[in-house]
Amino acid sequence: MSAKEHPPRQPRRRFLKEALAAGLAAGTVRPSYGQTPAPEEARSRPEENRGYGRRSHYEVVSRWPIQPKELTPGDPLYLVYAPSRTPLQDLRGIITPNPLHYFVDASSPYPIADLNPQEHRLVVDGMVDRPMEYTLDDLKLLPSVSRICWLECTGNGGLRERNHIEFHETLQKAHGATSCAEWTGVPLSLLLQEAGVRQGASWIYAEGNEHARRAKSFQLEKGMEDVLVAYAQNGEAIRPENGYPVRLIVPGWSGHNSVKWLRTVKVTDRPYMAKDDLGFTQAADGTWIGEREFDPKSVIAFPSGGQKLPGPGVYELHGLAWTGGGVIRRVDVTTDGGRTWKEAQLQEPILPRAHTRFRLLWTWNGEETVIESRCTDERGRTQRRLIDIREEYGDDPDHWRSSTSAGERFSGTQPWKILRDGSVHQAAYGPHMYPPPKATAALTKPTRKSPSGGGSTCLA
Amino acid sequence: MPRLVLLLLPLLVMTCLPAAIAQGPAYQRGRTLSSEAVQAWDTAVGPEGKELPPGRGTAREGAQVWARRCSACHGMDGKYQWPRRAHPPSAGKAPLLAGELGVVAKRQFATTLWDYINRAMPLGEQAGTLTPSEVYAVTAYVLHLNGIIGEDDGMDANTLPQVPMPAGPRKN
Repeated sequence: MSAKEHPPRQPRRRFLKEALAAGLAAGTVRPSYGQTPAPEEARSRPEENRGYGRRSHYEVVSRWPIQPKELTPGDPLYLVYAPSRTPLQDLRGIITPNPLHYFVDASSPYPIADLNPQEHRLVVDGMVDRPMEYTLDDLKLLPSVSRICWLECTGNGGLRERNHIEFHETLQKAHGATSCAEWTGVPLSLLLQEAGVRQGASWIYAEGNEHARRAKSFQLEKGMEDVLVAYAQNGEAIRPENGYPVRLIVPGWSGHNSVKWLRTVKVTDRPYMAKDDLGFTQAADGTWIGEREFDPKSVIAFPSGGQKLPGPGVYELHGLAWTGGGVIRRVDVTTDGGRTWKEAQLQEPILPRAHTRFRLLWTWNGEETVIESRCTDERGRTQRRLIDIREEYGDDPDHWRSSTSAGERFSGTQPWKILRDGSVHQAAYGPHMYPPPKATAALTKPTRKSPSGGGSTCLA
Repeated sequence: MPRLVLLLLPLLVMTCLPAAIAQGPAYQRGRTLSSEAVQAWDTAVGPEGKELPPGRGTAREGAQVWARRCSACHGMDGKYQWPRRAHPPSAGKAPLLAGELGVVAKRQFATTLWDYINRAMPLGEQAGTLTPSEVYAVTAYVLHLNGIIGEDDGMDANTLPQVPMPAGPRKN
């Protein structure tokens, strides 16, 4: 469109008035409650006119992997199975910017759900006195809560995330399926109280509105505790890939409980085993045993695999620690392969079920060494060291189990090896495995071409 | 006795009233739904099969539906794994349906298969287009492929929840 075709610029006030009137007229796209209609120029090219800001073009930090528009049978498997991961090694503080929040494409094999917030409905039904239906505007008019908390893929750092599909040299590739954001929404407990939970109810079944309508059950007790029906992510609307316009946030538990694109919350008296529920066990008395929170876990982000130290000197080593069981109490760091440990400094705020940043000043003398962090949470649980896990399960990463956490999520410690040239390498497995494996098997080579089981089960 | 009740009446009212208020909705947002509206919205089928609709089908009938609607991706034997091309796929191939490593063998309840097929198959724009009887028949076909039921065992709202699955509910 040439400049000549544009009508002469109108006085700003009149323009705003008209935009407001046009926006609110029946039949047009109405902004959601509390959202100020944007001026037209901000709607047309927000990236160009900075109506909606963008980063400097010098910045190239990105999620990984980037999925191609269409996959062909010859494509590497990591494109098929992998959640899109957060570049944890390149971020500071504890908040993950929205464009870099990890996600699992639960819409797959359809395009990511594109839900109209005006048409979207959330239904609360099942064992309740009053089945209820809410629009997004209804939800936004209810009392809200904000929580800063992490989400983590059910399989983060697990078998598929090790050297199975692609060798995971960097922190992003090895553990990047976790992010931390401020989520705002209605407490699920409030919606359950509005509907009136009936006696005998003990489980929640939650279902998404994406094409495949994935679903997950979890205990009602957790639903009454701290679960959010969230519509905001770091202050703005939730990103489409993260569940726009409304999703569950189940703090401290594996990601696939936090159902995205939420359409139904059903109150039941057992895990519903509909669609994607798998693997709950039943006690002798018939009661169902569900999941629980993730174990404590920590990783050093700097220095970490793939980075390079410019030379000997003083460095601020830093990383992230998190746990499903409340707050992180302490983080210890070794810079000499586990011989000695120093307590790292924790950066405030130290929040329950949120990523916690730790730091330690460290002088590198230029010699080869291995660094590793280990955290303890408020329940006194301490992250298991990889060396102990190897003692128990052997040196083959395929056999490692770390905890009683749900799924394949790996909670063991993450060692990085620093060579004399300053280069930092994955030392949990692969050519720089530390201590070196007892058997001389080529551990970097995938033993199986594809992981067993169906598609990924985590939904965050 | 009646006098005692009368004396206690204010106390009874005082204790019951707040409880009654607490049980009602406090915010007057959203709309209550009729049971018909809930039924139309919520198609989730639990292990007891309470939500299963009328309809009936056998594996023999299911074979015909399977040949037309399912076999292109799954093969008639449920072991064919056609690589998906839709964007972006969750798995490289259609899942293995039959045999020890197949997804059917891992499910604890036959009702889950019904729910899965009903809401998500055939994969793509046709998902949700099978009639209830077709879903029963296709579920029966998959169960029969795994040797769980016979070719002429009729599957319906009563029989399906009672199918003994090899993975069963696991006891701790």
